[in-house]
Amino acid sequence: MKPKLRVENVYKIFGDHPEQALEGLKQNKTKIEIFEETGQTVGVQDVSFDVREGEIFVVMGLSGSGKSTLVRTLNGLIPPTYGKILIDEDDVASCSAERLRKVRREKITMVFQHFALFPHKTVAENAAYGLKIKGEGATPRRAKALAALEQVGLAAYADSYPDELSGGMQQRVGLARGLATDPQILLMDEPFGALDPLIRREMQEELLHLQKKLKKTIIFITHDLNEALLLGDKIAIMKDGRFVQVGTAQEIVDNPADDYVAAFVGDIDRGRVFDAAHVAERPITVELGEKNAAEKALDLMEEHNRNALYVVEDDRIAGLVTYQELAVAAREEGRTDLSEVLVTEVPTVSRDTPLNELYGAASAGYPIAVADKRGRLAGVIEPQAVFSQLSGEESEEVVSTTDEADAGAAQKGERQ
Amino acid sequence: MISPADLVQIPLDDWVNSFVRDFLVPNFRPFFRAMQTPITAVLGWLDAFFHWLPMLVFTAGLTLIAWRTAGRGVAIFTLVALAFIDMIGLWSETMTTLSMIITSVLFCAMIGIPLGIWSARSDRVLFVVRPILDIMQTIPSFVYLVPIVMLFGVGMVPGIIATIIFALPPIIRLTNLGIRNVRGDLIEAAEAFGSTRWQMLWEVQFPLALRTIMAGLNQTLMLALSMVVIAALIGAGGLGLTVYTGLGRLNVGAATAGGIGIVLLAIILDRITQSLGEKKAVHTPSLWQTLRSMFALGKPGDEEKAGKAA
Ligand SMILES: Nc1ncnc2c1ncn2[C@@H]1O[C@H](COP(=O)(O)OP(=O)(O)O)[C@@H](O)[C@H]1O
Ligand SMILES: [Mg+2]
Repeated sequence: MKPKLRVENVYKIFGDHPEQALEGLKQNKTKIEIFEETGQTVGVQDVSFDVREGEIFVVMGLSGSGKSTLVRTLNGLIPPTYGKILIDEDDVASCSAERLRKVRREKITMVFQHFALFPHKTVAENAAYGLKIKGEGATPRRAKALAALEQVGLAAYADSYPDELSGGMQQRVGLARGLATDPQILLMDEPFGALDPLIRREMQEELLHLQKKLKKTIIFITHDLNEALLLGDKIAIMKDGRFVQVGTAQEIVDNPADDYVAAFVGDIDRGRVFDAAHVAERPITVELGEKNAAEKALDLMEEHNRNALYVVEDDRIAGLVTYQELAVAAREEGRTDLSEVLVTEVPTVSRDTPLNELYGAASAGYPIAVADKRGRLAGVIEPQAVFSQLSGEESEEVVSTTDEADAGAAQKGERQ
Repeated sequence: MISPADLVQIPLDDWVNSFVRDFLVPNFRPFFRAMQTPITAVLGWLDAFFHWLPMLVFTAGLTLIAWRTAGRGVAIFTLVALAFIDMIGLWSETMTTLSMIITSVLFCAMIGIPLGIWSARSDRVLFVVRPILDIMQTIPSFVYLVPIVMLFGVGMVPGIIATIIFALPPIIRLTNLGIRNVRGDLIEAAEAFGSTRWQMLWEVQFPLALRTIMAGLNQTLMLALSMVVIAALIGAGGLGLTVYTGLGRLNVGAATAGGIGIVLLAIILDRITQSLGEKKAVHTPSLWQTLRSMFALGKPGDEEKAGKAA
């Protein structure tokens, strides 16, 4: 699929002699050295990436790493020194002012860190700003602005002024203003950075919720790795104007590209990054009505070194049996009926349940069942796999069973 | 003792004389005359209007405006002050001065606001404009009365032109300042949504600078009032003339009465324009909105407000 936004080798150098800075970069000099020698500030250096439609692309980095500069090149607020920024057929970096205005009016809008609401306009007028600039009439403009405010839950405040609202509400207005023109791309420069942590969490959830419906292409800037991991379909880690790693949350946490990224990843909440599917193994099961089911179950457990096993009946999860109980029952009572020792109250989660919600289930000691949408057993999670993943030291065994091939196989199994 | 004057003497006065008399006046007189036309027209119209308006109607009107914009105290002051002016027999002179002031301020705004906007948008323009404003504000006003008389003659309109030159700097300075001080992220936001330069000016910069611009207008107004007596030197009438002739004939009583008239007018206009600037920042409904809501019940806007309150 063609990307919605394509950024090719973008540089931004602040100063009158960018070629000197470029020369310095070629000689692998650092940003500070270049500034001391030439007086040029390297804002962004050689950044390239694609963002697909409907994707949230997060750029994460410390203050001064060039995030704001980068995101402003995307809608031409800061023209890049070199490079291309392609939105459909238009190169934002080189098109005419007229064309750029058209792109801004129709395709790409922005949400700002400090809201940047117009204090002399009401909430509805703020939300309608982009529509007014496009020349829409007063009536449809107000209707669309109200619809956008409705999406962020602020329709009741349409005729208030921004300074009458709390920070969180002001940023909702900022979001509504960005959404009102129905753009394809939304740029968000640390939109929740100025909010207190509780409100920030709320806004993050709400953004994810909205995105499920709206499917915008979002470039989201943050300095908070947890926020990046929560929101980003893809995450770029930025340092000194350069991308040091681009990948999914799991890729970055599992394989930090260098010490810089590793230091970041060190103290994040892994339980929120990884989900059940990440630690699930392909299930080993016995059929409830099978002949010699009990013996087969015992054999399987011995063979795979497990102390519990899931039992299925016509693709449904029937329950689980533990080695201990099954062995006792088989030896002492000579019975071989699985249903006698079947534990039917089993912990069941779905593939996208985050790991930090598995603590409870895992501490019961039984393997956890991962069910697909139709209630069939898609995988099994050993309790110790949860804890070792959370602590960041994966045992070899878990790694070998959670790689792409296995996940793919589990998915194929689902579709049949 | 030897002094530089023994070596070289510069006949600066002759140079200026010949520049103005032999170059400016003969070559540009028609041009300067033409410049007077719009001022003459506006002044004539305003002067006729204020003299036609019955004293009571004017007083009621200005008191109402003062009440709406600046509150009850200023309204009562306006009422009493205007009645006092009428009682000391200076009503007609006050109306003449008022029309002169309004004309001057009107032209100051028409010239000064666009010039202020222009210098806010271009550093190069500001670079040229700023020293000119500095010079305008440091030259004593008497100095340019002579060239004005030579170019424009004597009378009301030359008096107003002198007033405009004197009162112009603050409105330019504060318009420039107001626009330059609009928060950078708001400009960025306006740009990010695809505003043209005009849309940016009209939707964001001008409204947000309005408060500062109004402060400039207030200063311009006060400067214009302070020129009333000086303008009378070159033939402008009104309260300034009363003071001037009073001084000339050592008639302390007439001069004092004229002076009091000017001060009262100044206080009223100052208070009203000052609160005009402040009112814009807090969102009190305008008179127009109030009237509209009184007569147009059950508009959609009202329902929403009611819903919000509930
Ligand atoms: N207008 C400018 N002129 C000069 N240097 C700038 C300008 N804007 C940003 N910079 C520099 O570019 C670098 C990146 O800044 P910025 O993009 O604001 O970082 P971030 O948003 O990640 O905090 C910083 O070193 C900053 O000082
Ligand atoms: Mg920033």
